[in-house]
Amino acid sequence: MSTLEIRDLHVSVETENGPVQILHGVNLTVNSGQTHAIMGPNGSGKSTLAYALAGHPKYTVTSGSLTLDGEDLLEMTPDERARAGMFLAMQYPVEVPGVSVSNFLRSAKTAIDGEAPKLRTWVKDVKTAMDNLRIDPEFSERDLNTGFSGGEKKRHEILQLELLNPTFAVLDETDSGLDIDALRIVSDGVNRFSSGGDKGVLLITHYTRILRYIKPDFVHVFVGGKVAEEGGPELAEKLEEHGYADYVGEGAAV
Amino acid sequence: MTTIEHPELEGLGRYEYGWADPDTAGATAKRGLSEDVVREISALKNEPEWMLETRLKALRLFQKKPMPTWGADVSDIDFDNIKYFVRSTEQQATSWDELPADIKNTYDKLGIPEAEKQRLVAGVAAQYESEVVYHQIREDLEEQGVIFMDTDTGLREHPELFKEYFASVIPAGDNKFSALNTAVWSGGSFIYVPKGVHVEIPLQAYFRINTENMGQFERTLIIVDEDAYVHYVEGCTAPIYSSDSLHSAVVEIVVKKGARCRYTTIQNWSNNVYNLVTKRATAAEGATMEWVDGNIGSKVTMKYPAIWLMGEHAKGETLSLAFAGEDQHQDSGAKMVHMAPNTSSSIVSKSVARGGGRTSYRGLVQVMPRATGSASNVLCDALLVDTVSRSDTYPYVDIRNDDVAMGHEATVSKVSEEQLFYLTSRGIPEDEAMAMIVRGFIEPIARELPMEYALELNRLIELQMEGAVG
Ligand SMILES: Nc1ncnc2c1ncn2[C@@H]1O[C@H](COP(=O)(O)OP(=O)(O)OP(=O)(O)O)[C@@H](O)[C@H]1O
Ligand SMILES: [Mg+2]
Repeated sequence: MSTLEIRDLHVSVETENGPVQILHGVNLTVNSGQTHAIMGPNGSGKSTLAYALAGHPKYTVTSGSLTLDGEDLLEMTPDERARAGMFLAMQYPVEVPGVSVSNFLRSAKTAIDGEAPKLRTWVKDVKTAMDNLRIDPEFSERDLNTGFSGGEKKRHEILQLELLNPTFAVLDETDSGLDIDALRIVSDGVNRFSSGGDKGVLLITHYTRILRYIKPDFVHVFVGGKVAEEGGPELAEKLEEHGYADYVGEGAAV
Repeated sequence: MTTIEHPELEGLGRYEYGWADPDTAGATAKRGLSEDVVREISALKNEPEWMLETRLKALRLFQKKPMPTWGADVSDIDFDNIKYFVRSTEQQATSWDELPADIKNTYDKLGIPEAEKQRLVAGVAAQYESEVVYHQIREDLEEQGVIFMDTDTGLREHPELFKEYFASVIPAGDNKFSALNTAVWSGGSFIYVPKGVHVEIPLQAYFRINTENMGQFERTLIIVDEDAYVHYVEGCTAPIYSSDSLHSAVVEIVVKKGARCRYTTIQNWSNNVYNLVTKRATAAEGATMEWVDGNIGSKVTMKYPAIWLMGEHAKGETLSLAFAGEDQHQDSGAKMVHMAPNTSSSIVSKSVARGGGRTSYRGLVQVMPRATGSASNVLCDALLVDTVSRSDTYPYVDIRNDDVAMGHEATVSKVSEEQLFYLTSRGIPEDEAMAMIVRGFIEPIARELPMEYALELNRLIELQMEGAVG
């Protein structure tokens, strides 16, 4: 079993006017086999948490700890974290002109595995994964994320999830901007990924809609840079009805 | 210049081509430039009197002209310390086995014979020091009347063409370095493609400097007759020495009515070579000239391939790529002169600077009064890999009529932190991610290269990017 442990995490972000503190002591433990949903108002720091987990250079952990099976993630660069089993499906995947999707996928796979994938099986794996996510095979030759529609970008993130097969996946609003069919397709992808029971999923979302397809074991309410409440799937239903009014004020950042 | 592995070269450091052969010929060569040196070169080549006169006149022009005070810093060149002529072998070979072993070995390491064997090229010329030491062209092309030989032989065998075209596109006095080249030129390629003949596979030349403080002054003359087509590709390398060498070539191209010529350079001199080259083509009515100019190596490069659009509907295109690492300055660009109505030109320049290297784009678009209905488009993008490198743009425009469509766009960007983060978050190490972004940036130009050159370019970029990440 694997464990991702976030302890009293304080994070600040580099802005033009100097660093700003965003996370104020986040505690969260994700075990393999579990799916955790994080819900919370805009600007509450959900993406900041995701970036801090992945090691984005703009986000500085000012105190607290982040470990994967006891290994200190904070000591690792983003690529080392990925090779250790972390994956972040980003809210806004960035365009990289001139780098083809197929080249990118092969480079990432090679880096993660420590050796180049066998050509024959790799081509088949990519094709299968693309079929699963209803991604046109022509995307292989397109420039990475360049000119992709919002929904295409999200599906491409899940394509990477399937192919790179990490231990922990952080999905930052992967459901936002997806049409009804795409939501289903993407959810199926996430479920395929976690079906073996040896994966952990941290799902950041604004909508309970996706939680009909991806069943969370735990729901965390994120407000003002920390976890304001935790519960089971029923907590999501309650949020859908009442919004965040009960939490803001109490835990909001100053 | 192919994709062949060179395991024997591993451990040579960043610059892969930096080995030196034993240098018996070069060791005894004379240093410095004088009328005697020029006479000696001409005599060694048994040249006609008019060529000697041309050389001597050019020498006087060279001595009179001041060093350029614009562009890159070339004030350290010590003309008295340079060896102007080095003969490495007495006889030009037509089979690689005829070459002296160390020279053959060098070309083997560079993969040139292999490319020829694989028929990636239709003809090969290999210049070592001052002269072309190996030369071969496919028989079927020769039968169609295509001439591809070294320029010295060209002068001997086709004096009428030389009288008509030599120094007709670039006069000796064009600039200090074209004067120098005209005075001491040796080697280079001479190509003539007869009317209507299409040479479908590139002709290739490979230039190698071996001697320290060597000056290589090849002279290339290409004539593409009406409706013909040729693609000429050149590559170059040199050993790493602690003191400098000079490469100062002149390339003249005449593209006749309806013809097309593409000239591709992957310049990869070692970082102790001053590379000061004058390249110019004329394009007649309906003709197309394309320069694909990649500058990866050298200490200093100053090179602005020019196209004079002489006939109506002539087209000129320059794709320029520059990569400057530590202690390198690539001052490159393009020049387009619209002389006739309805001519069009396009310049695309991409440059990458890292490790304190410096790139400058310098370009001129000139549209003459009678060149109405003409169009020109200039696009320059510079990428800075770190904060200690530098990039400048010097675009000059001189338009002398009102009926011209002119576009210009220039950007300087830094490698984006977000792109780097995206790639590294997928497990790709930072230096590799950086190289991917850089390769992606130059992809629009790499795409235009013959396959094996594109692969070679990618490898060069990777070598250049090693250690780019602090
Ligand atoms: N790079 C940055 N520069 C400036 N401010 C930032 C930066 N990143 C985050 N912030 C600020 O930090 C706060 C939290 O942002 P974050 O993106 O983590 O919120 P979120 O919970 O993901 O919101 P949303 O639901 O809208 O995606 C916001 O106030 C945001 O403006
Ligand atoms: Mg967010």
